[in-house]
Amino acid sequence: MPEVFVEKVADFAEGDRRIVFHGGVEIGVFHWQGKFYAYENLCLHQGGPCCEGVIMNKVEDVLAPDRTWRGQRFSPDEAHFVCPWHGYEYDIKTGECVGNRKLRLKSFEVLRRGEELFVVTG
Amino acid sequence: MELHNDFRRMSVEEFDTTKLLAHASKQARDRGYHRFPIVDVDSHHYENESMPEILEYLDDPVLRQLATATARPNAKNARIMNTMVGYQDMGGRIPRYGLRSFEKTPAGQTQRDAALTKRWMDAVGVDVAVLFPTPMLALGVHPQVEVEIALSRAYNRWLCEKILAHEERLVSMLYLPFNDPDATYEFVKEFGDKKGVVGFLITSTRYRPVHANQYMKTYALLEEMGLPIAFHGSYHWHDQAQGMLNRFISVHALGFVWYNMIHLANWIINGLPERFPKLKVIWLESGLAWIPFMMQRFDNEYMMRTSEAPALKKLPSDYMREMYWATQPIEITDLGLLQETLRVINAETQLVYSSDYPHWDFDLPSTIYDLPFLSETAKRNILGGNAIRLFNLKLGAEKLAHVA
Repeated sequence: MPEVFVEKVADFAEGDRRIVFHGGVEIGVFHWQGKFYAYENLCLHQGGPCCEGVIMNKVEDVLAPDRTWRGQRFSPDEAHFVCPWHGYEYDIKTGECVGNRKLRLKSFEVLRRGEELFVVTG
Repeated sequence: MELHNDFRRMSVEEFDTTKLLAHASKQARDRGYHRFPIVDVDSHHYENESMPEILEYLDDPVLRQLATATARPNAKNARIMNTMVGYQDMGGRIPRYGLRSFEKTPAGQTQRDAALTKRWMDAVGVDVAVLFPTPMLALGVHPQVEVEIALSRAYNRWLCEKILAHEERLVSMLYLPFNDPDATYEFVKEFGDKKGVVGFLITSTRYRPVHANQYMKTYALLEEMGLPIAFHGSYHWHDQAQGMLNRFISVHALGFVWYNMIHLANWIINGLPERFPKLKVIWLESGLAWIPFMMQRFDNEYMMRTSEAPALKKLPSDYMREMYWATQPIEITDLGLLQETLRVINAETQLVYSSDYPHWDFDLPSTIYDLPFLSETAKRNILGGNAIRLFNLKLGAEKLAHVA
């Protein structure tokens, strides 16, 4: 399995990301809440660079027990990266398209070898 | 909450459309767009960023003073310009809204709006674009008719002199101040033969019925000059009906279709296609899903209430099949429904590609080129051939877009 160097762990800050290139494929690697995730940088909508957009926590409606609407908030747990072309949002921990979770970005394994990170592109 | 914004790891000062659209350029190369022309019949620039220049074209010195009282006026602080409530940038999720003003263009050469427009056209593979403003799409609901006339005339003069006169790849259908029928007529006479003017535009968000007798002289003049008339959708959250919608997604989804539905209904039921059989009519930025709805709805009722539309000599849908429809925002959610929609509008001759770039819901040429049920000939007609015939464009064999 081909492995592509991403970054030294020490240089890859929490909340940061890298875009690596291999054989015509772009891969976005995220460092999020202590773990690393890698997805193809190709939006399922029109092919935009989805891994390069803003990272924003999920917006949630706040409902009272009587089911009345009380406002909105950002989720404390779930974060999305947003395709900068049209706004398609993806769950940073799964690569699922949050508007339709049947759709999911191609994901790649991230390997740590000593102090260096690689993605497995095979 | 901290928001992360490190788009392609570019600093704000480095934002560049060519990099943003690098994947679109790859699509253009992979699909061989160099083999045929692509015409975009609905694209935009941000005229608010050139507002100081545009305001210099205001004839009325009092209005010009009102508009230029601030140090550096733009559409939002020019005082005389109305604005819309709305969140087109999705709360920062579409970064180009905030970053585009930082994008660098060559100094002292091409006008900045033209340079930025040609930059995305090259990235996407578009040869010729029909260019429209952005905030001025809301001028139709300005409370002062005289301001609509003055601002749109200043804009039209600026566009013709600063951009269209110098750019072979940029054309426009010029804004008509439709709230004043006489001014509307005068605009066609004043601008109709200017270089790069390929038709005239009615921003649909307004409250004037298109069948009013006062407009007939304008339609006749357009027909005589062989220039199309286009209706461009938009939204208006202050509209009482749309005011019941609490989210921008709802206002946008319905608003951009709503006013075109009304204008199309009036256009057909009052027999304007019979009165102006050679006038070409184009519907912009309402997508395509509304068209079969209108066809079915009006065909069904017309058969029962024929006496209320005595000018018609055939079904409403038959007139609609003679009109032109811009693709964006094309609803690719059910390929079967989309295929039927393209069938009923005779897409191979009547459908024209539009991107709406740089707005948030833009469509790339691949939205057409990748449709599995279209022939290569149909794809090329929709992407360029139909618009070339519609606007009588003179394109040579050479591809004008230089895809990076």
